[in-house]
Amino acid sequence: MSDYRIQGETGEWEVVIGLEVHAQISSISKLFSGAATDFGSEPNSQVSLVDAAMPGMLPVLNEECVKQAVRTGMAMGAQINRYSRFDRKNYFYADLPQGYQISQLYHPIVGEGEVVVTLDEKDPDSEQKTIGVERIHIEQDAGKLLHDQHPTMSYVDLNRCGVALMEIVSKPDMRSPQEAGAYVRKLRSLLRYVGSCDGNMEQGSMRADVNVSVRKPGDEFGTRTETKNVNSIRFIQQVVEVEARRQVDLIEDGGTVVQETRLFDAARGETRSMRSKEDAHDYRYFPDPDLLPLELTEEFLSECKASLPELPDAKRARYESELGLSAYNAAVLTADVESYRSFEELLSVTADKLGKSEKDIATSTANWALSIAPGVRNSLGEDADLSHDTAEASAAILQMQAAGDISGGQAKEIYEIVLKTGREPAEIAATEGLQQTSDTSAIEAEIDKVLADNPDKVEQYKGGKDRLFGFFVGQTMKAMKGQANPQIINDLLKQKLG
Amino acid sequence: MAGGAGVSGRAMSVDTQTVLKIARLARIAISEDEARALEPELNNILGFVEQLGEVDTSGVEPMTAVIPNTLRLREDAVTDGNKRAEVLANAPVSEEGFFGVPKVIE
Repeated sequence: MSDYRIQGETGEWEVVIGLEVHAQISSISKLFSGAATDFGSEPNSQVSLVDAAMPGMLPVLNEECVKQAVRTGMAMGAQINRYSRFDRKNYFYADLPQGYQISQLYHPIVGEGEVVVTLDEKDPDSEQKTIGVERIHIEQDAGKLLHDQHPTMSYVDLNRCGVALMEIVSKPDMRSPQEAGAYVRKLRSLLRYVGSCDGNMEQGSMRADVNVSVRKPGDEFGTRTETKNVNSIRFIQQVVEVEARRQVDLIEDGGTVVQETRLFDAARGETRSMRSKEDAHDYRYFPDPDLLPLELTEEFLSECKASLPELPDAKRARYESELGLSAYNAAVLTADVESYRSFEELLSVTADKLGKSEKDIATSTANWALSIAPGVRNSLGEDADLSHDTAEASAAILQMQAAGDISGGQAKEIYEIVLKTGREPAEIAATEGLQQTSDTSAIEAEIDKVLADNPDKVEQYKGGKDRLFGFFVGQTMKAMKGQANPQIINDLLKQKLG
Repeated sequence: MAGGAGVSGRAMSVDTQTVLKIARLARIAISEDEARALEPELNNILGFVEQLGEVDTSGVEPMTAVIPNTLRLREDAVTDGNKRAEVLANAPVSEEGFFGVPKVIE
């Protein structure tokens, strides 16, 4: 898909990238306890004694989290493991009261799958690449540490402790920062379609560990480093760039890359070694004795399957084949959940109002949704109150336009007033005089007058002075106070001037 | 569901260094002397457990429960939490609703 190369002193280097994406599973309560998962609550208010790891507390698995992980796997065409198991990953840190994270090392719930990415989603001709997914497993999130609240102490908030995560592990299939970015964007879109994660990177609902190594093209994989907890797509791409550069410089200076965990310092735009202690990765995994193996029934799997929505690639193909949309429009409308949902709602309401099929009005509705309406919103900026921006209002405008009651220009003006005031489009059209008449007899009467008043110009026109057509249109429009349907004026004039 | 470990070849044992490493990973402070004393104790335990290796378990699935049982799942509902005072009750230091710990930052 892309030949991204790093120029070194000894020639060109290729970068190899694998991503471990931690996605917070959308659930009301935690993975193993009944405490809530809401973001931004009072510190330690959403903590049960299970989350706080009090002695004798036992974990009970949340069914919804299992379902969401399975649905996510299905959306990637992945193998779903009907038998999976939970293991303890042991390490000590102040944000982990249990002293271990419950995870799935040996028997993850989801096996191999794949994600098809497009480097430039907005370009329908952009080449596609399939990125392999190695596995998805379910695990607990840790708590949160605040280091800047006290001079000598760190504060611990366990609200996030025990919240369910899916760790989606890719194969080392990406070869450029752009591919890594495209993969995360596609993953985010998929998760949001499925509804298994809200994809909110600012709130930490999706974070990635970025594995990077470099090699001479065609060589074996080099030694990789893992940069932890990168929380935006831009930073992920930046990590790939700076870490690959660092490794190339290191190797060319005669050094060797050490397999280690690094952290990204966004302010300095560099990665730094995090825990150089050799035993940092000695997690001493073992099966969690508090939890029996998770066995999924055929019935459970069919429920998961049946609850899957139409996925982005299928939807995009259908928009082109069934609705007749352009490849570009189909790609943009299906790129995210919000855009396709608002489009489908608008399409459905407008089709109902017009009594037409969705296919008949799809192109004009897409044009409205992607070009006209955003243009008006952008020009209004802060003055637009988006709570007024309903499918009902847009559909009413599109309906008046389709009936010939308003022109394209009037449609924009009405939409502008809707966004500012929330008034009804029909009322705006009537009150503000934003309408045109398609009353053929009224228009015809005015045309007849115009022609009768200007016999000389009619002669000249018939003698070949075509430019005068515009004059007749203008005079008629003026007589109609600008409120006649220009298409009808055109048609009638053509007939009469034959 | 990997098969059993089979008949093991060599007996597992630990040396003092390994004892010290395990202690460090478990955040248990022990002296070299204590580690040396623990070494034969741990090796005794390992030797005892090693006897299991004499049984050929290849092809035998690991037993996860004595009586046939499956993992119980719960409904996704908020049934717990909202007990900050209880959660913080045993904390050596708590301030403003947080646990207070020695500053840990990398």
